[in-house]
Amino acid sequence: MAETDVMIRLQSVTKQYAGTELPAVGDLSLDIERGEFVTLVGPSGCGKTTTLKMINRIIEPTSGKILIDGVDALSMPAHELRRSIGYVIQQIGLFPHRTIAQNVGTVPSLLGWEDSRIAERTDELIEVVGLEREMLDRYPSELSGGQQQRVGVARALAADPPVLLMDEPFGAVDPIVRGHLQQEFLELQRKLGKTVVFVTHDIDEAIRLGTRIAILNIGGVLEQYDTPTEILSNPANQFVEDFLGGERGLKRLGLLPISSADIVRGPVADRTSTAEDARAVMAEHEVDWIGVLDGDRLLGWVEASALDGADLSEVEPRPFAVSLTADASLREALDSVVTGHARTAVVVDREGKYRGMLDLEAISEEITE
Amino acid sequence: MSVVFGQADQLLDWSWVERNIGQIVDRTWEHLTLTGISVALGLVISVLLAIVVLRWRWSYPPITGAAGLLYTIPSLALFALLVPFTGLSQTTAVIALTSYTLFILIRNIVAGIDGVPAYVKEAADGMGYTPRSRFWRIEVPLALPAIVAGVRIATVTTVGLVTVTAVIGLGGYGFFILRGLNTFFWTQLIVGVLLSVVLATILDLAFVALQAWLSPWSKRRAA
Amino acid sequence: MNVLEQLIDFIMDPSTWTGPASFWTRLFEHLWVSVAATLIGIVLVFPLALYLGHTKRGSQAATAVVNVGRAVPSFGILAVAFLILVEFGAGVGTPWAVLVALIALAAPPVFTNTIAGIQSVDPATVEAARGMGLTGSQVLARIELPMAMPLVMEGIRIAFVQVIATATLGALVAWGGLGRYIIDGFAVRDNGQILFGALAVGLLAIAAEVGFSLIQRAVTPRGLRVAR
Repeated sequence: MAETDVMIRLQSVTKQYAGTELPAVGDLSLDIERGEFVTLVGPSGCGKTTTLKMINRIIEPTSGKILIDGVDALSMPAHELRRSIGYVIQQIGLFPHRTIAQNVGTVPSLLGWEDSRIAERTDELIEVVGLEREMLDRYPSELSGGQQQRVGVARALAADPPVLLMDEPFGAVDPIVRGHLQQEFLELQRKLGKTVVFVTHDIDEAIRLGTRIAILNIGGVLEQYDTPTEILSNPANQFVEDFLGGERGLKRLGLLPISSADIVRGPVADRTSTAEDARAVMAEHEVDWIGVLDGDRLLGWVEASALDGADLSEVEPRPFAVSLTADASLREALDSVVTGHARTAVVVDREGKYRGMLDLEAISEEITE
Repeated sequence: MSVVFGQADQLLDWSWVERNIGQIVDRTWEHLTLTGISVALGLVISVLLAIVVLRWRWSYPPITGAAGLLYTIPSLALFALLVPFTGLSQTTAVIALTSYTLFILIRNIVAGIDGVPAYVKEAADGMGYTPRSRFWRIEVPLALPAIVAGVRIATVTTVGLVTVTAVIGLGGYGFFILRGLNTFFWTQLIVGVLLSVVLATILDLAFVALQAWLSPWSKRRAA
Repeated sequence: MNVLEQLIDFIMDPSTWTGPASFWTRLFEHLWVSVAATLIGIVLVFPLALYLGHTKRGSQAATAVVNVGRAVPSFGILAVAFLILVEFGAGVGTPWAVLVALIALAAPPVFTNTIAGIQSVDPATVEAARGMGLTGSQVLARIELPMAMPLVMEGIRIAFVQVIATATLGALVAWGGLGRYIIDGFAVRDNGQILFGALAVGLLAIAAEVGFSLIQRAVTPRGLRVAR
């Protein structure tokens, strides 16, 4: 990738606290490209939060260099640097004495925008993060945790900073809300093309959100820095492997779309087929059931024993529990295989037309690949 | 009033201290008894009122409101209000001083009991404590440090207020302050103020020690 | 003649309300010295308290001030201030000793409450503010101070009520104020005058307390009112 595409560059950055022997972060170098979503992950004490906070100089590095879009971050006053970097923390830190509108408008007003422009921007942002406009006149204490976190994101985006730093932003909300927030934020980031640095201790969150993951060890040692798929298939060392934990294969499957596996036509026959033809298809696939097609729709399936003395059209097919589209993950496909009677995952397109099937073998090939 | 510069160059006349050591001891005793009786009486009344509050929650605002009102009235005014009825007597002093302790004590007792976390009480219930045994064995011990903190504040405050009772002929060390003031005699004034501060500090530290002794668990809490 | 009658007699006496030593003079003396002492006390300690609170260095200072302030009797402070000013030839019959002593009494609650107020601001809020690019003084002025306001006002209220109460003792150092009625009443054994003074001072203190509580409520930012 070309040199100019580096948005954030850490060069031998070190943070050494007085009175401690080991540095919190020692000699860390890391390049983050424009538009990337990098998750910093590692056990507590690995310096991931320290690293994040050195980028906007909430924590001043002891030595090393930080370049943001080619500019030395240490060359300007910290508060000016920070106005061009969005910042979201786990505790959110909304200002309780200011309305939501005032909270969101903080940085624009620091930058001296006109009131009308600030109002326009807040209106726009509140919708971007999926909140109602009437929320703008409320105070933070009148909002739920999830809503507050959305406001936190809106506030960070207010002056349209190219870079967003996030410190476990979804850590304090309940799992269901967290899932929603993650998904929405992911879509938002893809749409806005911001460069995001995101700290989490949750490897699953790191895998789900990051285009690249930086796995840090105690003292800010960078153990591996790569795409989620690559890290899951080729962990650099034992530490990374241990940190990824069990179910690595499953985690990887969660990242792969069904379209990446071989979808086969499977044991199916048109509903007009004779019992004879149906048995031939079953024999070919070595199964004791057959999928029943009506044109390009899959109606369901029929057991071999039901075809004794009856053609396919005379038997009522049993429907498949789940049909998946090609952009669903292989992990979902696997779930469908192991829970369904037919031991198969049915794949359809967006209109519901039958595209094919995946069996256990096809999925496991992807894991071992 | 004529200004008499007594011992301008001699702030502390030790010979005066030596000559009046007997009186200093008497006034110490007076200061201690006024403080002790008032705080003790205040504690008894506060505990009773706190029990009322804990049983009937609605009584908290009126009770603390009334105690707060008493607390707001300047000490000299309260003595003055009582003097026409109870005279220049120890009774007057004790009634006034006691009434000042109530506000501090009631609030601390109730806050102490309320401060026991709900999950601790639930755990106690779960292990089979009766409401009465839970109150005495769990809630009171846990609330004790807060209650002692209240007694500490009340005591130190009372030590200071006792000095004002000099205007009704008592005063403990306040007697020396008032006399020093009226005779422009620095030694007496300094002895009065200093001993009052020393007494307050000693009692303060004693209560800090008592607090620590009563709550050994709080010492080892991570910083 | 019972106490109540004496009190009514004193109230009905025209000289209570007119002349150079009227109630109004006493009330004015009492109030101006109290207000002045409180304001000067605030001006003296507020900047330091802001600085200590903002830099998170104030906890120990605040605790020390609370403990020392409680141990030193206000009567003692007044007496010492008086004798010192007498030494400088400005004691008798002037308000300065009272003013100095009351300033010393007003300062500690303002000091400790300001520090406590600023330090009670959630560190996450401060970090978020810094993270958005507020300078140190902007954080103090726009975030910490508004959020500390309820506690600061509480400190000023405590200071003011305490000052009003202690100003009563001004009569003991040969100055005016409403305390005069009590001290003079003691001197001449006039129960009516004593009661009159006690009621005046008591009501003034309560009025100050209640009035200030209302002001306090008015200046609390709305967002904080909902939260607490």
